[in-house]
Amino acid sequence: MTTQLTEDLPADGTPGADRGPRGKGRRRGRRNGGRRSGGRRPPLRHRIITVSLLTIAALYFLTPVYWLAVSATKSSSDLFGTFGFWFHDPHPLDYLHRVLSYDDGIYVRWFLNSLMYAGVGALAATLLSAAAGYALAKYRFPGREGIFNVVLAGVLIPGTALALPLYLLFSEMGLANTYAAVLIPSVVSPFGVYLCRIYAAAAVPDSLLEAARIDGAGEARIFSTLGLRLMTPALVTVFLFQFVHIWNNFFLPLVMLSDSDLYPIQLGLTSWQGYADRQPELYQYTVGGALLSVLPLMVLMGVLQRYWRTGLTEGSVKA
Amino acid sequence: MKRPTRTEIRSARAAAGFLLPFLTLFLLCFIAPIGYALYESMLKVERTGALGLGGETTEVWAGFSNYAHALEDDRFTAGFGRVLLFGAVQIPLMIAFATALALLLEAASARWVGFFRTAFFLPYGVPGVIASILWGFLYVPGISPLVEMAHSVGWDVDFLGRSTVLWSIANIVTWQFTGYNMLVLIAQLKAVPGELYEAARIDGASAWQVARHIKLPLIRPALVLTTVFSLIGTLQLFAEPKVLKPLSNSIDSGYTPNLAAYNEAFTSNNQHIAAAEAVLLALVACVLSFGFLRLVGQRGKDGESR
Repeated sequence: MTTQLTEDLPADGTPGADRGPRGKGRRRGRRNGGRRSGGRRPPLRHRIITVSLLTIAALYFLTPVYWLAVSATKSSSDLFGTFGFWFHDPHPLDYLHRVLSYDDGIYVRWFLNSLMYAGVGALAATLLSAAAGYALAKYRFPGREGIFNVVLAGVLIPGTALALPLYLLFSEMGLANTYAAVLIPSVVSPFGVYLCRIYAAAAVPDSLLEAARIDGAGEARIFSTLGLRLMTPALVTVFLFQFVHIWNNFFLPLVMLSDSDLYPIQLGLTSWQGYADRQPELYQYTVGGALLSVLPLMVLMGVLQRYWRTGLTEGSVKA
Repeated sequence: MKRPTRTEIRSARAAAGFLLPFLTLFLLCFIAPIGYALYESMLKVERTGALGLGGETTEVWAGFSNYAHALEDDRFTAGFGRVLLFGAVQIPLMIAFATALALLLEAASARWVGFFRTAFFLPYGVPGVIASILWGFLYVPGISPLVEMAHSVGWDVDFLGRSTVLWSIANIVTWQFTGYNMLVLIAQLKAVPGELYEAARIDGASAWQVARHIKLPLIRPALVLTTVFSLIGTLQLFAEPKVLKPLSNSIDSGYTPNLAAYNEAFTSNNQHIAAAEAVLLALVACVLSFGFLRLVGQRGKDGESR
């Protein structure tokens, strides 16, 4: 069953065993969901029911975002005094400017921190996972399966259960409350190793590696020129996964950081929310800040869904 | 014993080089904290001096007394019960919702699919904390248009009451992750060969029969995957209750196991009990997810042999 499914993947735009580095993703732009609707179309009644149900679901998912967009244009008192789903005396740019400049622009700093944690962390995690997954897929050595199983078990361990002891450990080492305290745990992605191993096993042909060896290329060179390139789709997925994971992570920075200059955005916004009782304008800043922080990631979600899907197929088909 | 050849040595050395950076950090961030938590959880602080009020404190061996203390703490065990109840209700609902959306999207005409899929997936890009702040505003009377609208039709709704707040949290989690789970399921649906549907349709199967008897069994691995990840996520529930806590007095310091461990460590300054609670949490998560995987693994085998 597994092999059968895998063989079908290339037909879906996912590079399989014998695909070269080129040629992948070429059709990505045109292919647009529902590729099986080419045949007979279902009766009109069915289509109306389907679209109505989907519309109701879309309303559920989009309403809070709509509320956020509307509310970001309101002052704190209007936030409480006026109907939430409609505009009242909107001053979007003015209020967003205040969010950005409050407390010497601390919001911008938090934003850059988040970007740094997620960007650097995800990049490092991708490279580490790629190397480890490649080694586990393409070399035979004693203890290989044992190592893989331990890493796999790591996927099932809740990250927050690790964060507390990690904090205690890092405090002993003098690492707590530094950028490194959040960055170091963020670059370890057992799930990334799992994905990379599966992908490398399917997408990097042994014969190609042998040929490169006969040509006299070193192992490191083979990995960096051939391996990484053939694994690119999986690497994009791992990077995105880890980026979102780090960006969304709350518990780890909450436990590790006490200096607000090091905060990522989430932590900063909760601290604003916590003070809002005493300083009502912070309500409005929290709402505006939440909108600003959500926008870039939502755009990312929209644009990169396809990449996302490609990699998930790899992971789930063989699970 | 056969001596390893040159190429074998060379390849083992290369593999070690590729693996070491990851393994070192894995050891530091996964294995070491587990070991350290186990060690810390076996210690306790003892004060020396008269009446135990002296300034000197020393760490002494405590055996399993921290675990006993955690398990006897009603708040902690109640928190565990709460997340288990939460998981038993919210996970099946969310997975069913995600499956329904995935199947509907497969059935819908092509033009709108992209829009709907994006709309459903967007909340995944909203971090848990932001989602909680956002929904928090939609729950609080006075600011929430939802409460106001319900009020105007004579429905006095309280999203943050003793009996409702858990399900208000469930709503936040469902809102965030349904689209993500849907995407995993769609990915698996796309991997199903199209001829299979064609054959079923020629045999006269209705759309419903195709979904029930062909699509659902085939997306089983993805259903298992999403369920396990949801299970692990549920046990770690933290950001939502933490953010909603100031808004609702029904959320106490031990509302979820994670919240209990956090407060034990940072409010009560008792890291030994916190370590014990973290260990218990990891243990339960592993037992439940492995147990679930074994359960469905066995059922899957039975199904094949039948």
